[in-house]
Amino acid sequence: MSDLPKPTELISRIDRTTPRTGWMDTPVNIRKGMYCYAANPKSVEYVGLPYPHAWNPIEDDWHLPENWKEIIHEGLKVRLERFRSLKVFMDICVRCGACADKCHFFIGTGDPKNMPVLRAELLRSVYRNDFTTAGKILKRLAGARPMTLDVLKEWWYYFFQCTQCRRCSVFCPYGIDTAEITLLARELLNLLGLNIDWIATPVANCYRTGNHLGIQPHAFKDMLEFFVDDIEEITGVRMEPNFNKKGADILFITPSGDVFADPGTYTCMGYLILFHFLKEKYGLDVTWSTYASEGGNFGNFTSHEMMKRLNAKMYAEAKRLGVKWILGGECGHMWRVINQYMGTMNGPADFLEEPVSPITGTRFENARSTKMVHISEFTADLIKHGKLDLDISRNDNLVVTFHDSCNPSRGMGLLEEPRYVIQNVVRHFHEMPANTIREQTFCCGSGAGLNAGEDMELRLCGGLPRAMAVKHVHQKYGVNMLATICAIDRAALPTLMEYYVPEVRVTGVTEMVANALILPGEGERTTNLRSEPLPGMEEEE
Amino acid sequence: MNVNYMYSLLAVVVLFLVSYLGVKVGLAPVFGIVIPYLAVIIFLVGVVRKVMGWAKSAVPFRIPSTCGQQQSLPWIRPNKIDNPFTPGAVVIRMILEVVCFRSLFRNTRNAIREGKLVQEWEIWLWVFALAFHYAFLTVVVRHMRLFTDPIPACIQMVENLDSFFRFEILTNNFQFGLPAVYISGFVLLAAVTFLFLRRVLSPPVRYISLAADYFPLFLIFGIAFSGILMRYFTKVNIRNVKELTMGLVTFHPTIPEGIGAVFYVHLFFVCILLAYFPFSKLMHMAGVFLSPTRNLPGNSRAVRHVNPWNYPVEVHTYEEYEEEFREKMIEAGLPVEKE
Ligand code: SF4
Ligand code: SF4
Repeated sequence: MSDLPKPTELISRIDRTTPRTGWMDTPVNIRKGMYCYAANPKSVEYVGLPYPHAWNPIEDDWHLPENWKEIIHEGLKVRLERFRSLKVFMDICVRCGACADKCHFFIGTGDPKNMPVLRAELLRSVYRNDFTTAGKILKRLAGARPMTLDVLKEWWYYFFQCTQCRRCSVFCPYGIDTAEITLLARELLNLLGLNIDWIATPVANCYRTGNHLGIQPHAFKDMLEFFVDDIEEITGVRMEPNFNKKGADILFITPSGDVFADPGTYTCMGYLILFHFLKEKYGLDVTWSTYASEGGNFGNFTSHEMMKRLNAKMYAEAKRLGVKWILGGECGHMWRVINQYMGTMNGPADFLEEPVSPITGTRFENARSTKMVHISEFTADLIKHGKLDLDISRNDNLVVTFHDSCNPSRGMGLLEEPRYVIQNVVRHFHEMPANTIREQTFCCGSGAGLNAGEDMELRLCGGLPRAMAVKHVHQKYGVNMLATICAIDRAALPTLMEYYVPEVRVTGVTEMVANALILPGEGERTTNLRSEPLPGMEEEE
Repeated sequence: MNVNYMYSLLAVVVLFLVSYLGVKVGLAPVFGIVIPYLAVIIFLVGVVRKVMGWAKSAVPFRIPSTCGQQQSLPWIRPNKIDNPFTPGAVVIRMILEVVCFRSLFRNTRNAIREGKLVQEWEIWLWVFALAFHYAFLTVVVRHMRLFTDPIPACIQMVENLDSFFRFEILTNNFQFGLPAVYISGFVLLAAVTFLFLRRVLSPPVRYISLAADYFPLFLIFGIAFSGILMRYFTKVNIRNVKELTMGLVTFHPTIPEGIGAVFYVHLFFVCILLAYFPFSKLMHMAGVFLSPTRNLPGNSRAVRHVNPWNYPVEVHTYEEYEEEFREKMIEAGLPVEKE
């Protein structure tokens, strides 16, 4: 982060005055630090996405196919028929501006094209030109403009400056969801091979190996076994996770980010500890899968079709293994896909049973069709029924606040369960200001595939509102831990915190559960899962 | 100079001149009969076509934006309205949205002050948008007296409610016999003015505004203004107007003598608005009901939604996966299907 400005500088640089020229006359300026590298053609090719080719966003020539305008026009036409959302959203925006300052990218960059309404207008102007009577006759007066290379570049730049977080949609009087528009605009860009590499390569990896990092089955097992070793060192208990086990009760799927990078890895250790506890105490048999080893769905940032192709593995694996139902880990976009798309795309899941917790007998009515339960629901239910043995003093060093991840909060409504879990495993919990949590939550700034290192400035701009809210509770209550239920958050927020509020670290909810959980036969624990001394154990190191 | 609103203003001025002068040169039948019929036809056909066009497109996925806790464990209180689980709750959500502009009520404004991001509740857009729409509705309902005979009681009631000023003025013995003052007309004018000023004075809103945003505002301003002019100042003969309007609805159109040009200007503006409606953003009136983020229940994990164009896709099957990695899996002690 050396060539980045200091936080105060970055904030003082935000300029919300609008340019003198109208937006149609203000050319796009693709700036370093604000975009992600172009997709590697090999990845595009591997999954059979259209027009794989080498190109560079800052070069003039993007090496497009001859008939690219036709491709876009046809692509848009097809999507207008397939998605009523798109058609309605193209027609009914009144440009009231209620959504304008709701986007974290607008707040953090001041770039007017990051106002959700204007982001949508980028596409809408071409729609008007090509598909509406008024646009065809009145042209610019009706807000229409023809497709040009500059317009295409603008699309690419700004549709990859939207994290599909849906915050704007909450405030729009018609529910116009710019995230939906972004998703479809990205579909169009994909028709020309114009994806970014931080999406295209994970997509190819997920397709081939099941997870976004391309971890092969033996390595996946190895990684979890490292954690088993670590856990043994910390707790004195050795656990034996199941892999691809036929006839297990439950299949567990989590984003592979948890298996790979800190601090997600501690959350992953948390899952292992929780499942071991449930096995020892209640005989619950959970299995991991190396084939369906990714919950995070990078197809969601590519196209509906790609989303479906990647999502298919979950049901296929559950069927093959003959489990009763599926438990899903802490992941944002994975859950938006499960909640809004999975049953439709790859259901009906009638080979699975309606999810019932074998430990508490709770029937998860809200999941009776998809047969997938969120780990926060599952854990909250266990705690409510007193099934977990918890020593919450082990988390006394934590002063926690909770970041609602965009997808579970605005695409699902999972708000209370994680809070209930947190409040039962830590003593000090404080909410961030009301305008920045729950359905009004601010994005981490790195979602929807924008978590690449090369667009760090964009990420820090986008994460600004979230960081400000954390800073507020840090100063007011001494918050030192930011909890979340999303793997992208666990990857993105530490960077954000390091920059704006270095005193605050990031954790998954299950990590805190596991720290508090008393395992049968465990030795005296002196450290937490991060191998740091537990409160009161500091001297004994 | 902002071309967007200058063009729109110009357009409305031209429309005014066309109708005003047109009637002066004896084209009253065109403005009083032909254009109204045309406008109504364009409006009806246009709206129906547009809505059918939307309805023809599929709703492949259930994608409501949820603004509260979902229905989940029995002891967790769901937010039944903002995260509706049943069709009934969706109806309530929609009604609140359409009747109270609920999402707009949530509006906040933020700014960076002294290096801090501050958020404030911002209510004026909601207030004036609501005032605008309700005033407009009242005016429309009130005008129904011109198209009905006898006048239904509900319309008279709206009229009486709207014009409660009259009583005050009468008890004060107003000797000029001022007609009842309809509040709605003035509220409409004030709200339109606010919405216009907001568009030109707020830089981000000005930046996103198109000519298509100013034009309806000027047009509605023209309608309200000419209406008020007629009612309180130029004094059209209401009986003649009713003769004309009743002629239109009963399909025996006539042009009574003695209706001033201002009336035709008023009528022409209304006709333009009607004809313009289906091709413009004004269609939000119908579109709000079709918005998939608001009109669907958030229960897709419990009730399966069907996508009419769902098609099979190429997936990476377990067999292919095992084929590629079998050796390594066996070596790592992972179970395989084929040894
Ligand atoms: S809030 Fe909705 S209607 Fe208003 S400008 Fe934004 S998208 Fe358009
Ligand atoms: S979805 Fe989120 S990132 Fe995209 S425009 Fe809306 S608020 Fe901005």
